[in-house]
Amino acid sequence: MIELLDVHKTFNPGRENEYQAIRGVSLAIEAGKVTALRGPSGSGKTTLLGLLGGLTRPTRGRVRLDGRDVSALSERFLTLLRRDTFGFVFQQFQLIRDLSVLDNVMLPAQPTGRSYAEIRRRALALLEDLGLAQRAATPSQWLSGGEAQRAAIARALINDPRVILADEPTSHLDSDLSQQILAILGRLREQGRTLILSSHDPLVFEVGLVERVVTVKDGVIVP
Amino acid sequence: MTGGWRRQRALIDFAVANMARRRGRNLGLFLAYTLVVFLISGVVLYGDALRREARALLADAPELVVQRLTAGRHDLIPAGWTETLAGLRGVTAVQGRLWGYHYDPALGANLTLWVPLEDAPLPGQVQIGSALAREKGLGRDDVLSFRDAYGKPFPFAVAGTLERQSELANADLMLVNEKDFRAFFAFPQGMFTDLALSVRNPREVRKVAEKVLERLPAARVISREEMARTYEAAFNWRQGLLLSVLSVLLLAFALLAWDKASGLSAEERREIGILKAVGWETGDVLAMKLWEGGLLSLTAFLAGYILAWLHVFHADAPLFTAVLKGWSVLYPRFALVPEVNVAQLASLAFLTVLPYVAATLVPVWRAATLDPDGVMRE
Amino acid sequence: MIFQPPALALLFASSLNALMLTGVGLFALYLLVRWNPASGGEAQIALERRTHLASTLVALSLVLGLPALALFVHTADAMAPFFIGAMCAIGSLKANVWGFPALYTMLAGFFLAAAWLVLNHLDNRGWDYPLIRPKYGLLLLLAPLALAQAVLLWLYFLDLQPAVITSCCGSLFGPAAEGVGHDLAALPVQWARPAYGLVWGLTLASGGLFLARGRGGRVFGVLSGLHLPAALAAVVAFVSLYIYEEPNHHCPFCLLQAEHGHAGWLLYPLLFLGTAAGVGAGLAMGVRADSLQDAGPLAARKLAWVAMAGIGGFGLLAWGYVWRSNLVLG
Repeated sequence: MIELLDVHKTFNPGRENEYQAIRGVSLAIEAGKVTALRGPSGSGKTTLLGLLGGLTRPTRGRVRLDGRDVSALSERFLTLLRRDTFGFVFQQFQLIRDLSVLDNVMLPAQPTGRSYAEIRRRALALLEDLGLAQRAATPSQWLSGGEAQRAAIARALINDPRVILADEPTSHLDSDLSQQILAILGRLREQGRTLILSSHDPLVFEVGLVERVVTVKDGVIVP
Repeated sequence: MTGGWRRQRALIDFAVANMARRRGRNLGLFLAYTLVVFLISGVVLYGDALRREARALLADAPELVVQRLTAGRHDLIPAGWTETLAGLRGVTAVQGRLWGYHYDPALGANLTLWVPLEDAPLPGQVQIGSALAREKGLGRDDVLSFRDAYGKPFPFAVAGTLERQSELANADLMLVNEKDFRAFFAFPQGMFTDLALSVRNPREVRKVAEKVLERLPAARVISREEMARTYEAAFNWRQGLLLSVLSVLLLAFALLAWDKASGLSAEERREIGILKAVGWETGDVLAMKLWEGGLLSLTAFLAGYILAWLHVFHADAPLFTAVLKGWSVLYPRFALVPEVNVAQLASLAFLTVLPYVAATLVPVWRAATLDPDGVMRE
Repeated sequence: MIFQPPALALLFASSLNALMLTGVGLFALYLLVRWNPASGGEAQIALERRTHLASTLVALSLVLGLPALALFVHTADAMAPFFIGAMCAIGSLKANVWGFPALYTMLAGFFLAAAWLVLNHLDNRGWDYPLIRPKYGLLLLLAPLALAQAVLLWLYFLDLQPAVITSCCGSLFGPAAEGVGHDLAALPVQWARPAYGLVWGLTLASGGLFLARGRGGRVFGVLSGLHLPAALAAVVAFVSLYIYEEPNHHCPFCLLQAEHGHAGWLLYPLLFLGTAAGVGAGLAMGVRADSLQDAGPLAARKLAWVAMAGIGGFGLLAWGYVWRSNLVLG
């Protein structure tokens, strides 16, 4: 469903701190499967995840979603497409301080024009499902690592996306909590969603969740 | 509710929450904003109110006033001049007027004694201005006594106070009967202070004034238009001066607003990055930020305007009195008549809110166009 | 030279407006040369991001434009007592040669900015920026207009001489006058009334047809545009007479005064908003782009409702004044 065709990504092109993060990657992601990008830090996993999810624009090359070239789409429509198709779970959780867990979860749905009551109902159902219902009114900075990660997953699901992208989902958690998060991700796959993870945590590859491993090194895919 | 409106409501909600989360910083900006609106609104409200007073003062004035000059000084006019001018083409009426000043040592102020052309008080009675009534604690039927031209006490019974349509015009005014006036000042019979000429067609006023001077070379002619323009010029000049001083303050405020809007903290950049990464469009962030500015402007404008209103109309505008009023004799207490008008509010909004919006627009746009993938690259 | 707060506010707002739109105009030139939607490169993205700023600035310009127009007319009306011979806004506007040109540029600026916002709204609905070129082409017209408006306002207020003898509305719309104003005023009421009724009825009928059947949107747009001069002519030719209840007072500006129940402040905003929305509806139906097949008619419908309310409201109000008047004419 998602295809990268000879994609390059250069940050700060033409400047002194120019940096080639991705140098010619072609990759096809299958719908309904769990794909994991593996590689050491700085190998370009995160950038690749951003390119797959339409968060980062390629410097060169094409990105196709369901056969449609999205790399030339205007920023506005790329955003709308991304909002309805992808849910992101970032490495540092990236919740907004001083906003309640519930408000954080509702955030991606706010500008969609759906009714407040409907968004709130869905957010509460997601928090319930992830065992965070009693923390709904808590300011997000008071959450523990495992709770924050679950809140971030709830936020990624609020617009009911087909694809979940998770960047190092277990990197800040101990092994018990990591197991818990991986179990949640497993349930998402059972719901028929496509999962794309990036990780260098061996645990992720041991639990039998990942169906396809793509190894990334120095901005290229190694077989 | 349509989706578009729901979206705006959600953005407003977020904007309010956002401002509440940065209370300290927004409070400082709000106070500075309110102060700027307060000062500029104050000058405009005060100046406009004075202008209105002056207009009320002139509303009943005759088109032309003729005075007599003797050796360059204002002199009394013989009744015979009335007939000389009555025959002029374009003049509908000529009336001799009686008025003069009396210095009241107890009050330390000059009072104006005036004989109205119509509905003059009965002999022995007086109608007084509200400021005078207030200061002397006088009410109906009280007796007011002054020393006349011969140093003897001259009592007047207060028949009423003048309504407050214009305080500038009648604060220190005493309306008296012609007989009392002549007796009090020992004013010679058959003489007047000046003459009031009514001219029907406003386009003929200048022509008539020229003819008056042809017939009576010793006269000085003052037209109502000329007085209006003199007042207007005096107010405009003073108000303009104050506003130009305040425009420096406005500029400083715009710079402050610009600085606050462009100096985003790392935390704010991160938050905008999160919003964009989770699916907020540039236009969404822009609209949310504009709502923030709009709500701040609205509250600061209302607060500043209301404070200025209270300062000018209920606290006698101590901050502006010295500069703007200037020309008047000493007034015991001076309360302006309040008025709200839409054009004035619109002008004030243009002068105060617009600089803020202009100063923050580009920084807000810059913030809204931050890269969404910055969040991933930390 | 008259520097009262409203004059200062207008000068400031129009200068800022000119500055903003000049900037946007220069950007428009740059964009028309560099725009390349096929490229996903940094330059194209930066260009795309700047369009957000441009549309915000033009939106602000429109938001300013209508109150500024109202404030200008109101100020002109309020200044009338300072000019010898002036009875209403006309006298102040004619106190020097810059008054009326300034008013006309403000009106033109309002309608152009409204048209631009319609194009912008549609352009944002299409995924491939279908209207980017006409949109930024139009800005090349708007920017010089904003500049001209600011210059004219400065000239007008700087050149105002308080003592100047000016003309009153009678000299423009009275029997002794010459020019368009007089020609309109001289229209016989007996046929001006049915003529305007016909134009008004046709405009509303085409709008109704469009809202009911979804057809004839462009015709409605054209008729809304033509309705504006017809409506202004109607105000001069007969509506004013009925409001003043005087058979020879044709002035369209005295309507703004309190003595006449502020009739102008009800009539003109309805007329201008209705016209802008109606022309906008025609524009929305007139654009041809694959990516706007749904968005165009949707926007056109909304605009047509606003236009029907504005133009319909204006006409009903005008007929109401005619009907309730004590004046009897032919």
